[in-house]
Amino acid sequence: MFKRLFDLQWKSFFRSASFSTGIWIKIFMGIGALYFAIIFLAMGFGVFFLIEEQGLGDPLRVVNQYLIYYLAFDLGFRYMLQKMPVTNIKPLLYLPMKKSHVVHFSLGKTIVSFFNWSHAFFFIPFSIILLTKDYGFLNVLGWHLGIIALVYANNFINVLANNKDTVFAVFAGIFALLGLSHYYNWFDVTQYTAPFFDMLYDIPVTALIPWAIALALFVSAFNYFKNNMYLDAGLAAKKAEAKTENLDWLNRFGNLGTFLKNDIKLIKRNKRSRTSVIMGFFFIFYGLLFFTGAIEAYDGPFWRIFAGIFVTGGFLFSFGQFVPSWDSSYYPLMMSQNIAYREYLDSKWYLVIIATVISTFLATFYLYFGWEAYAAVLVGAIYNIGINSYLVLWGGAYIKTPIDLTSNKKAFGDKQSFNAKTMLLSLPKLLLPMVIYAIGHFLASPLVGYLLVAATGVLGFAFKNKVFTLIEKIYKKEKYKTLAAYKQKA
Amino acid sequence: MISTSNLSKTYGQQTVLHIEELTIPKGQSFGLVGNNGAGKTTLFSLLLDLIQPTTGHIENNGVRVDQSEDWKPFTAAFIDETFLIGYLTPEEYFYFIGELRGRNKADVNALLAQFQDFFHGEILGQKKYLRDLSKGNQKKVGIVASFIGNPEVVILDEPFANLDPTTQIRLKGIIKELAQKEGVTVLVSSHDLLHVTDVCERIVVLNKGEIVKDIQTSAQTLKELEAFFAGEEQLSAIQQE
Repeated sequence: MFKRLFDLQWKSFFRSASFSTGIWIKIFMGIGALYFAIIFLAMGFGVFFLIEEQGLGDPLRVVNQYLIYYLAFDLGFRYMLQKMPVTNIKPLLYLPMKKSHVVHFSLGKTIVSFFNWSHAFFFIPFSIILLTKDYGFLNVLGWHLGIIALVYANNFINVLANNKDTVFAVFAGIFALLGLSHYYNWFDVTQYTAPFFDMLYDIPVTALIPWAIALALFVSAFNYFKNNMYLDAGLAAKKAEAKTENLDWLNRFGNLGTFLKNDIKLIKRNKRSRTSVIMGFFFIFYGLLFFTGAIEAYDGPFWRIFAGIFVTGGFLFSFGQFVPSWDSSYYPLMMSQNIAYREYLDSKWYLVIIATVISTFLATFYLYFGWEAYAAVLVGAIYNIGINSYLVLWGGAYIKTPIDLTSNKKAFGDKQSFNAKTMLLSLPKLLLPMVIYAIGHFLASPLVGYLLVAATGVLGFAFKNKVFTLIEKIYKKEKYKTLAAYKQKA
Repeated sequence: MISTSNLSKTYGQQTVLHIEELTIPKGQSFGLVGNNGAGKTTLFSLLLDLIQPTTGHIENNGVRVDQSEDWKPFTAAFIDETFLIGYLTPEEYFYFIGELRGRNKADVNALLAQFQDFFHGEILGQKKYLRDLSKGNQKKVGIVASFIGNPEVVILDEPFANLDPTTQIRLKGIIKELAQKEGVTVLVSSHDLLHVTDVCERIVVLNKGEIVKDIQTSAQTLKELEAFFAGEEQLSAIQQE
């Protein structure tokens, strides 16, 4: 039975759409995973000597002191990222297969999850170092096994607490408070938790306690799942209560308003687009890295333009970049409804412009860093409006990957961003304004540099109709290919 | 109203649709039947300019659909769930379509009021997004949305599938009325021979991309169609042996 289930799992993994992505993504992901593994390994080997060098005391005790935060972070990460094992159970429910088998298998799957064994990269080398430093073998073994059990306890807590946002919020709030009060020396929770971790080392036999906890959590997770294995209980998809919204004030913009209303709802009601817009919002603060001189490499004059583009272009880059794809799930409707292509593109353009203007206002706090800083932001905004808004729409014509609005998967580092044509188009978005500025900067003065970039933006803005006719043509040419591509679900 | 000439669609080696000539006059209720893969959806997608013909073209009220967008104001369709916007409530969706077709909320509400029966109290005011409605209810929304704004051509792909019997009967009434009283050209495809013969004045049978029958509906039509499809089944059974 387990062999069959395993077989299914194997196929679902290797045949999943995301697995069959391009070789480049795999290489990128591989490098990313390797990077984290190396960091963890380095920490595992290095932290002992680091603590010793700093003279903070017995490295093991120091690690024990902060272990509670480590575990709390782990739980937080799991809550946000670790997927629940309930998916794909549905087709198995009515088959002649014991429910307990299915549940065992699903929970077993979480045991071998990356979120569990990744800790080994840190704890195994750390334990090895401890042994070479003449810490007692049995003691280290007890401590190590105890920690493994706690990691697994976290695993099952996460399974049990999954999707209970309030539980998570309370938990996160408590730990944020504890961390703060520790930092300000009001109250130190580690004084109460460290002895427990110390005990695992001092009395190795006590490692049985976390194992008992982990086992108890496993059993309760098992029971919980088994009892909730019904379509209307544990397997039910969460449905948000819908309310009809009235955005009539946008009606004054005519047809444009109709689309804007829709786009606002799109952003508000879908996980994926919400994440993108929030990411875009944080771009506003990206300039702090440049203007505060926090990073020396960014002190050069061109970097100011670079920062200006990013500060005001957050929405443009995070949302605008994927423009037709947001509508991918109902693209045939958009293409056969009473909508002229021009209007559709126009509405997206206005959305980007409005967001850019809002970002520019929000970014007024850069005045604090001098007029030059805010001038860079303003110039960046003008360039974004005049040039980049077109480039983003133009690039969108070549993006043919549908977006699944309801899932947050791939919100970070989508394979779409690696489309060769969109990559090429992103060069003029960032490099061109820097080059233009450099010309003005070196031939005359920084002010002339700013003026040149702004003039380019204004010029672009003036030719809006021309450019739009061009973009419209490209979209029309790509229409059928896009429709066909969107038909294949992501 | 609609005329095609030398229309064909080919994917690689495979020709999925080949129609020499087809003319559908204004106000006709036109039925399209055929087995899976006969080319029904392909024909409808061509009509809506969602795919490009390999040869030939379609004219909708004198507008070549692959060259101009001017057919859009008077043509409405519901093909599948890709015509629905999942994150809107049914009301918002109707108003959205209404605005695109130059109808304000009052107009849309007046139209919706006529479909109270059809909705059976399961669509309006349900506090649900379209994506959370059942397949049948989604279909009802899509079909009714295609009636908004007095279109002259309405294209419905498999409108009867997934609907409950009561709704099927009501839908038949609605389609008949549209064609007879309001002069709307209605194009319907279906696997259900009984429904199509009930609703349509004219039935075209597609088989492997070609028109094999073009019938003005009469009392004998259902028998004729049944004989055709049963015969084909037997024929292929013999061929397999």
